[in-house]
Amino acid sequence: MNAPAAPLPEEGRLRSLVDFYGTMMRTSVVAQLQYRVANYFYMLGMVAEPVIYLVVWSTIARQHGGAVNGITAGQFAAYYIVWTLVRNMNIVFGAPFWEWRIREGRLAGDLLRPLNILHYDLAFFAGWKFVLVALWIPIAIGLSAVFHPDLHPSALEIVVFIVAIWGAYFVRSMFQATIGMLNFWTTRGGAIFDLYMATEMLLSGRLVPLRLMPDWVQTLADFLPFKWTFGFPIESLVSNLSTRSLLLGLGAQVMWTAIGYVLFTFAWRAAIKRFSAVGA
Amino acid sequence: MAGGDQALLGGGGVNTLRVGWLFFRVGVMNELQYRVNFFVQLFQSLIQVGTGLIMLSLVYSHTNELNGWKESELLSLLGVQILLGGLIHTFIQPNMEMLMQDVQQGTLDYALTKPEDSQVLVSVRQVRIWQIVEVISGLVLLIVGLTGVETSIGVVDAFVFAFALGVGSVLLYCFWLIMTIGAFWVVRMEYLLELFEGIYQTGRWPVGVYPGWLRYSVTFLVPVAFAVTVPAEALTSRLHWPTLGLSVAFAVVLFTFTRWFWHFGLRHYSGASA
Repeated sequence: MNAPAAPLPEEGRLRSLVDFYGTMMRTSVVAQLQYRVANYFYMLGMVAEPVIYLVVWSTIARQHGGAVNGITAGQFAAYYIVWTLVRNMNIVFGAPFWEWRIREGRLAGDLLRPLNILHYDLAFFAGWKFVLVALWIPIAIGLSAVFHPDLHPSALEIVVFIVAIWGAYFVRSMFQATIGMLNFWTTRGGAIFDLYMATEMLLSGRLVPLRLMPDWVQTLADFLPFKWTFGFPIESLVSNLSTRSLLLGLGAQVMWTAIGYVLFTFAWRAAIKRFSAVGA
Repeated sequence: MAGGDQALLGGGGVNTLRVGWLFFRVGVMNELQYRVNFFVQLFQSLIQVGTGLIMLSLVYSHTNELNGWKESELLSLLGVQILLGGLIHTFIQPNMEMLMQDVQQGTLDYALTKPEDSQVLVSVRQVRIWQIVEVISGLVLLIVGLTGVETSIGVVDAFVFAFALGVGSVLLYCFWLIMTIGAFWVVRMEYLLELFEGIYQTGRWPVGVYPGWLRYSVTFLVPVAFAVTVPAEALTSRLHWPTLGLSVAFAVVLFTFTRWFWHFGLRHYSGASA
């Protein structure tokens, strides 16, 4: 029997982690590229949602002389078209999938792997993003041709947006994973996930730009993680946020990622003690 | 099997109904074992209705009418959409999911070798009875919405509504089956569900708000408009007889096509053991 391998020095660990992400993401790209039809189905279904909101709000804007709360039809178009990209970035290993992972006995195998379980999901979905974004481009061009978005971002806004969509990805990943831990206690988490999704829908800017919400809802949203996954990344590109708000927003994303990570770690430690599987 | 034993080969509409009823009963008995699911479903329905109502009130906090539809009328439309969605989730979708899975895993052979019409069999094998909660919540919304509509609703309107709802269900069943038959060619179809759910959401709003290309798509390509808007129009005194006639004709054509497409698809199916 071999002696266990000595832990790698700090520098080597980082290098191997980077190497792991690179390899995992490439694998994910190759795997997902095979299922282009499936990916397009997924996307078309997803695009229906913002198109509905967009049509409804632009109808109202037109009925009221061109704007609702100062948002014009063109600005709604910009908001909801950017929404489609942000929504793609927000696809993560969702809470309900933890149930599948446990039920199908996959977790038993996953536990044997050496890295923190989050790394596998983060790397896999991060790779998938490149396929999704490539497939998204024609959809965005089509939507822009139909709805004429009013979009004039500055260079800084574009840079912040590119960082912010990854920030949104991390914040959402952490919170979905944390909520996913519920599956270790119940097999009927579906209702709670629905409640969580509905809350997210209302408080994130996914349903409507938060500016259209009553003031108290906007205040509430400031103190919760949801708006940093939808509203903020979208607004960073389509609204003229001040440089200060842009940087504060990125800071908030870092903060919520950290909070989410801590919550996940606590939940995971408690959850894994309850895990039992055939052979485990 | 010379002479074609009628009992073995299965025959006619009566038998189809009997088989359907039998599967329905078994399905219900199966589901009744999981009673907590009723409460889970109730809770999920409440969330769904709540989100719908919040969106409506948001819209109507910024306007009085949307394309000529008042809030109570749109509430009825939302009711019809949720009601019909409940029917789909109870009777149609579970069967289509099972069919997709059967094609993927090659287990469709078991259904095909049975002495009954294969399309009937794959359409009645499963029922998720707790989803009926959605039908009820849709009905409640519909009634609440209708109390706010000024024109009174007669027996004829109610009858036309029920008829239009039936036609709508047939249309959506055909659409779902046509899409699912795609699994004979494209194996990974699990996202079909997301696609349908996404498009079905268009039914929450009157079809008139959509720009032309989208309006025609959700009317003829994906018959959501026929399925949801026509019954709602029946109750809000908006329905013209030619529209109803058109939707019946469309249902007949689509059903015939679905029947042909099912047999066409089957010829491309190669089972696990074939």
